[in-house]
Amino acid sequence: MLDSAQRLGSLALTQETAVRAFRWMLLARVLEEKLASLYRGGKITGGVFLGKGQEALSVSLGMALRRGTPGDIYAPLIRDQAGRLAFGENVLDAVRTYLGSSLGPTRGRDGNVHRGAPREGYYPMISHLGAMISVVCGALMARRFKGLDGFVGATSIGEGGTSTGAFHEALNLAAVERLPLVVIVANNQYAYSTPNSRQFACANLVDRAIGYGIRGHKLDGTDLAECLEGVGCAVDRARNGDGPQLVVASLLRLAGHGEHDDAGYVDPILKAAPVGRDCIKTAECMLIEREWATVLEMEAWREEALHQVEEAIATAQHEPAPDPNTESWCALSTPDFADTYSVEPQP
Amino acid sequence: MITYLEAIREAQAKALADDPRVYIYGQDVGSFGGAFKATKNLAREFPGRVLDAPISEDAMVGSAVGAAIEGMRPIIEIQYADFSTVGFNQAVNNAATLFWRTQVPCPITIRLPSGGTPGSGPFHSQSMEGLYSLYPGLVVMTPATVEDAYSMLLEAVAIDDPVIFCEHKYLYYHLKAEGLPNEALPASKARIARMGRDATVVTYSAMLHECLAMAEELATEGYEIEVVDLRTVRPLDTDTVLASVARTGRLLAVGEAWPWGGVTAEVLARVATEGFDLLDAPPRRLNAKDTPVPYHPNLWGTHRPTAQTIARSMRDLLRL
Repeated sequence: MLDSAQRLGSLALTQETAVRAFRWMLLARVLEEKLASLYRGGKITGGVFLGKGQEALSVSLGMALRRGTPGDIYAPLIRDQAGRLAFGENVLDAVRTYLGSSLGPTRGRDGNVHRGAPREGYYPMISHLGAMISVVCGALMARRFKGLDGFVGATSIGEGGTSTGAFHEALNLAAVERLPLVVIVANNQYAYSTPNSRQFACANLVDRAIGYGIRGHKLDGTDLAECLEGVGCAVDRARNGDGPQLVVASLLRLAGHGEHDDAGYVDPILKAAPVGRDCIKTAECMLIEREWATVLEMEAWREEALHQVEEAIATAQHEPAPDPNTESWCALSTPDFADTYSVEPQP
Repeated sequence: MITYLEAIREAQAKALADDPRVYIYGQDVGSFGGAFKATKNLAREFPGRVLDAPISEDAMVGSAVGAAIEGMRPIIEIQYADFSTVGFNQAVNNAATLFWRTQVPCPITIRLPSGGTPGSGPFHSQSMEGLYSLYPGLVVMTPATVEDAYSMLLEAVAIDDPVIFCEHKYLYYHLKAEGLPNEALPASKARIARMGRDATVVTYSAMLHECLAMAEELATEGYEIEVVDLRTVRPLDTDTVLASVARTGRLLAVGEAWPWGGVTAEVLARVATEGFDLLDAPPRRLNAKDTPVPYHPNLWGTHRPTAQTIARSMRDLLRL
């Protein structure tokens, strides 16, 4: 395990890095606030899942990865809007997926957080927790088969997802194959409503790294500087041949599981504790303390983010919805193998 | 002579030789050559491309999805079809939905050594084809002959969609052919394995051989039974089945899987809805008994349909 003195990540804290990270965090927060209000106004069908309180951790991974063809592989989970934006997702595609636009990446076939661009290394999650880790492992194996080197595959999960068999199988496989995999665990204290005391019994989830024979990193997920350095260090180590990296960050989910959930079960003691700090607020303080940004500048950035989000929403709202009459209704890419049987009467 | 198992090995050798994107991943498939020796010597012939996996069916299938996204064509050997339940989630939720969600195809082949053999018991004998066939986005192949084991496995690896390849363990060593085929019927098409005029039996995998034996026996009684080998159960070649029923007017569907739902029920449903007026008698089906697959050969031999029980069912059908 590394302590902070040993961290030498590529995201060494500079004004430029901190400001860039903060602006992605702000954009994610503003976007999610708008999505929540669209949800409350009945404009979004299905769930809305926010990453409020997790932006510092999420953005750190998105920024540490290199997008390209081929570039690094990124399989985010539900609370990763900040990381998605930093990795290169545009706001419009996020909004399109929530609003079900036929021009969005899933064209209305799937919604909300289930979006990606697999060909560009941005993998769309399925809802089954832990399932994406082995998918990233396989992608890294493919790179190895092709003789390609210097890439990292990264994915995020919550503390609840670490209880799955899929999590265990994939981390063990990655360790056996010594893959350049980074798994970021956001320990946000609750899996939906289930507290950590009902989820796991080890002192800290990072201790599991020892069992897998991989390197573990422990972070304060409410501290942007620590996240940038810690996640950057894990990504660098994976890239440079140190094998899989398990990063566990403590923070508190500052929203419900989804916007349908008032999170009334969250212990007020946690909210008042350091783990309950809002990472955007702590980042603001850090920027001001270091004189890297002024309050006025931050207000201007928020305005800019708001404008960008509103523009995307206005665009997506005018885009066509998917049309069931032109939908192919075929799940296979090989037409010869489509099962054409149908009991519907022929028109 | 070449066995069904050797045909599977040869198909994998050809796939590895012809296409650098192909690799094999599964428990004990490396230098050991697999629990059934379906990958015998392949690790030596294709260094670095036939890899032992940890006992992690979920991660094995999940990793295949990621590798497929990156342009590879993985073959995953599950040691026994029964254990594929542990990797089921990745197959039906990740692999089967990927193309539909993203338009990025998922060319993976999951080999399931399937079906019963004497002494294998409840957890090394299962027939999973019906379960996988419930899911859109998957192709489910159930070859019954040496030639099909070879040509269909090559086609499974070649197509851009995830294929559940149900190879029958009972046929591994005993079923033999003169040689490997140079050309083949497309895997998506059923085949008339024996022509007849009095009744149609629709079947697949190891049950084909029980049905052919039944047809031989009934021939001595003066009946000509047409035997349809589905070859692939999803997609189900309904046209070939209906054409046969149109000739014979009688249908019996036979499968080794359990009786609730499944392939035989699907065959009957399709014929009843689309070919009701072709039928001279109510269609029938025969499956394994509705219990886990038993261990003892006496029990196992009665649990699954056999030429004798199929003949009994067919005689009843012919009397109607």
